[in-house]
Amino acid sequence: MAAPRSFVWSRRIFLTLLTGFVLLPVYVMLSSSLKPLEDVSGKFRWLPSGLTIRPYIDIWSTVPLAKYFVNSLIVAGAATVLSVVIAIFAAYGVSRYRFRGKRLFTVTVLSTQMFPGILFLLPLFLIYVNIGNATGIALFGSRIGLILTYLTFSLPFSIWMLIGYFESVPRDLDEAAMVDGNGPLGALFRVVVPAAVPGIVAVAVYAFMTAWGEVLFASVMTNDTTRTLAVGLQGYATQNDVYWNQVMAASLVVSVPVVAGFLLLQRYLVAGLTAGAVK
Amino acid sequence: MTVTAEPAVGKEAPPGATAPAPRRRTGRVRRIALPYLLLLPALLLELLVHLVPMVIGIVMSFKELTQFYIRDWGAAPWAGLDNYSLSVDFDAPIGKALLHSFFVTCAFTVLSVGLCWLLGTTAAVYMQENFRGRGFLRAVFLVPYALPVYAAVITWAFMFQRDNGLVNHVLHDQLGLTDSPSFWLIGDNSFIALLVVSVWKGWPFAFLIVMAGLQNIPKELYEAASIDGAGMLQQLRRITLPSLRPVNQVLVLVLFLWTFNDFNTPYVLFGKAAPEAADLISIHIYQSSFVTWNFGTGSAMSVLLLLFLLVVTGVYLALTSRGRKAADV
Repeated sequence: MAAPRSFVWSRRIFLTLLTGFVLLPVYVMLSSSLKPLEDVSGKFRWLPSGLTIRPYIDIWSTVPLAKYFVNSLIVAGAATVLSVVIAIFAAYGVSRYRFRGKRLFTVTVLSTQMFPGILFLLPLFLIYVNIGNATGIALFGSRIGLILTYLTFSLPFSIWMLIGYFESVPRDLDEAAMVDGNGPLGALFRVVVPAAVPGIVAVAVYAFMTAWGEVLFASVMTNDTTRTLAVGLQGYATQNDVYWNQVMAASLVVSVPVVAGFLLLQRYLVAGLTAGAVK
Repeated sequence: MTVTAEPAVGKEAPPGATAPAPRRRTGRVRRIALPYLLLLPALLLELLVHLVPMVIGIVMSFKELTQFYIRDWGAAPWAGLDNYSLSVDFDAPIGKALLHSFFVTCAFTVLSVGLCWLLGTTAAVYMQENFRGRGFLRAVFLVPYALPVYAAVITWAFMFQRDNGLVNHVLHDQLGLTDSPSFWLIGDNSFIALLVVSVWKGWPFAFLIVMAGLQNIPKELYEAASIDGAGMLQQLRRITLPSLRPVNQVLVLVLFLWTFNDFNTPYVLFGKAAPEAADLISIHIYQSSFVTWNFGTGSAMSVLLLLFLLVVTGVYLALTSRGRKAADV
C-alpha cells in the first residue's frame, strides 16, 4: 500500500527531530570526550578546538575505573546468569503445573515491582548486616550482597516474560520429550529452553542492564573495594574542578559493553517482548 | 497434571526425604513437590530482598529509629503513630515538605508518562510499515534505553551546566532567547531539566512495547479496512489504537510506577539534595532518612508512598479491566 505523500513527509520530519533529540547527548558525550580540558571548562563548543585522546588515558588514573569496571562486570554478570536460571525454573513451574498458591506467587512477585526501592533499602541493609554478624557471611559491602539484590530486582519481570514465552511453546513438545524418557527437567532443558531462546536472551539483556545501571543500592551497599561504576563515575565530579572531558570519556567507556550488547541483541528483545510480555 | 493432594506435603519434603518410601509413592510426592521446588529459589530471594525487608520497613515505621539505635534497631523505642502523624502534619515543616514533594512527583509523573507514551506510540506507528533505514532508526531510538542511567544522566547534567553547557549555549549565545544564561540544575528550571531527561530516557521503552504490540495486529485487518476505503487516520483510530489497548493498559501502569519511584535520574542529575522544584518523593525520603538519620520517619513516608501506589494501581486496574476479563497470568 502506497502511503500518501503528506504521511511520508510528516513521518520524515517527526523521525528526524526525534533522532536529533535522541542523539544529542550521544554527540555531546562523544565529542566532549575528545576535547582538551579548556574546551569543556569554557563556553560549550560544538566542535573541539583540537582532538585529543588524553581523557581516555587519564580516566584510569583519576579514579580507579578499572577496578570499578571489574566489579560491575562480576556483579552484573553473576546477577544475570543466576537471575535467568532461577527465572527459567520458576516460569516453567508456573506455566506447566497447576498447584495451590500459584496465583498468590505470581501476584506477589509482580507486585514487588511497585515497591519503592527506598522502602526496603534500609531494612535490607539491616538484614545483610545481621546475617553477617550471625553467620560470618559478609553480605553488606560485598559483591555477593549486591548480586543477590540485583538478581532479585530483575526476577519479577523475567519470570513474567518467560511464563508468557513458555506458554507459547506447545506442551505436546515436552510431553513427547517425556515419552522419550526425559524427566520434567530434561524436557525443560532439551525442549522448552531451546524453543524459548529469544525470550531468554531478552530476559538476560534486561537483567544485565538492570544490574549495570542501578545507582541507589550501589551507593549504600558498596565499599571502596567493591564499588561499582554506578557510584565510581561520580568520582570525577566530586573534585573542585570537574574534568568534564574525562567524565564524558568514562561515561562512553562504561556504556559501550551494554549498548553494544543491547543493539546486537535487540532483535531478540523485540521478539521476546512480542511473544512474552505482550499477549 | 492436576495436583489434588494437599501440597503442604510436597512443600515441606526435601528432595531426599522420601527415599525409603516405595517407588510409586516417591514419584507422586516428587510430582507434587516439583512445582514448589522449581519456585523455591525465586521465592527465597523474593523473601530475602523484597518481602521480609518490606515487613521490617513497616515495623520500623512504628519505631523511634534515630541514629542512636542504628546498631541495635530492635532496641529502639516504639513510637506508635508518631512517625505517621509527623509525616502528614501538613502545617509543620516536615509534613509540608512531604506534601510539596508529593505534588511535584505527581505533576512530574503525569507529564513524563504522557510524553513518553505519546512519543513512543507516534514513533512506533510511523515505523509500522517498512521503509529504508527503519532497522537503523529502531536501533538508534533504543540507545537511551540501553545507556546506563548514570552515564546518560551525567551527560545531561553537563549539557545543563550554566557556564559551559550546551543548552545555555544554544538558548542564550546562539538564539539569544534569554537575557542571561539560566540555571537549570537549581531553582524552578530544574523541573524542566528533570522532565526532559526523564522523557529522553523513558520514551524508548514505550516505543519498544508499542512496537511489539503492533506486530501482533493481523495484517488482514488493515487490508480489509483499506478495501472498505478507510484512510490512514481512520485505520489508526479504528484498528491500531483499539488493538493496542491491552498493551497500553500494562505499559502506562509500568511507566507510572517506574516514574513515580524514580530515584536514579534526580540523584545523578542533582546529587543528594534535589532542588525544591524537582524534589521527587524517592529523593525526598532518602534525604529524610539518610541525611537527617531519622529512619523511623523515612520508613513511615515510604509506607505511605506504597499505600498510595497500591490504591492508584488498584483503582487503575479496576477501571481499565472493567468489561474485560483481567488477564490471568
